[in-house]
Amino acid sequence: MVTNITNLGRSGLSDWLIQRVSAIILAVYAVFMVLYLLFHPGLDYATWSGLFSQTWMRIFSLLAFISIAAHAWVGLWTVSTDYLKQSGARVAFQAVVMLAIFVFLVWGIQVLWGA
Amino acid sequence: MSTLQVSIYRYNPETDSAPYMQEFELDTQGRDIMVLNALEMIKQQDSSMAYRRSCREGVCGSDGMNMNGKNGLSCVTPLSEVVKDNKLVLRPLPGLPVIRDLVVDMGVFYKQYESIQPYLQNDTAAPATERLQSPEEREKLDGLYECILCACCSTACPSFWWNPDKFVGPAGLLQAYRFLADSRDTATNERLARLEDPFSLFRCRGIMNCVAVCPKGLNPTRAIGKIREMLLSNAT
Repeated sequence: MVTNITNLGRSGLSDWLIQRVSAIILAVYAVFMVLYLLFHPGLDYATWSGLFSQTWMRIFSLLAFISIAAHAWVGLWTVSTDYLKQSGARVAFQAVVMLAIFVFLVWGIQVLWGA
Repeated sequence: MSTLQVSIYRYNPETDSAPYMQEFELDTQGRDIMVLNALEMIKQQDSSMAYRRSCREGVCGSDGMNMNGKNGLSCVTPLSEVVKDNKLVLRPLPGLPVIRDLVVDMGVFYKQYESIQPYLQNDTAAPATERLQSPEEREKLDGLYECILCACCSTACPSFWWNPDKFVGPAGLLQAYRFLADSRDTATNERLARLEDPFSLFRCRGIMNCVAVCPKGLNPTRAIGKIREMLLSNAT
């Protein structure tokens, strides 16, 4: 049993499950987006804004945002523990990634529910 | 028939400041001999060259090495399988400290093997005779017990290269599943608990290098998947 405190779920099993489930959500969201764009060739602002004014789309988008945040944290945490052997550099990298994920998530929520 | 060009990794920490590649020419007389036979002929040319070997028939697992970029046992690998453009490059197993030439320090590999407690654990009273298994229960151990611990798989695994002190590696995990799958072992929950952290098992990214190099044709990736399934069904 290897202990650590900086991974997302504090357990390899939960990280692994989070990674798999978030990947499925992101795949569904990506396929939905591609299909939506294909079926709306002359997409204008009103249609696009109309899509995102609906509650189900906001929930679906927030789900995708949270998924990408979790997915990125698990993935980049793994990359940092593989390649960054110097503890200071590793912790600094993890802090920057965590901050960026947090900022993007809050910003995403603001975009979804603002204006 | 042209002679075979053999390039061998040489390093003697007592006399060399850095490792280097030494070139040899070998006349195989057109025969398709094993890489180990070629090494023995080269040792006639330069007796200072060091490598491990014992049974020369793929049972002891001593002569794992990197042959033209792929790990394998030199005693069961014919030249025709690895030689390209009449050239053969021999290096020690990647990722482990080199003691000398093709001889590596397997300490960390054995330490990971030891960590999975590779022996039967049963807390029930011993029966008068032996602990019996049905043929079906015994069948579950096929493809697991055959491992000879040659380390070809673990030293072909990037996850093991980067974290050999934390990631058990394919060889150790195959053996972990060998005891998890054993109907006579009662330490299943304790064994699973030791593998649940982000490194010991979950550092496997399923690239299957281990499967590609195993000289015994075993499948550690499948065993790792089975352990994941056991962990998941225990925890959800």
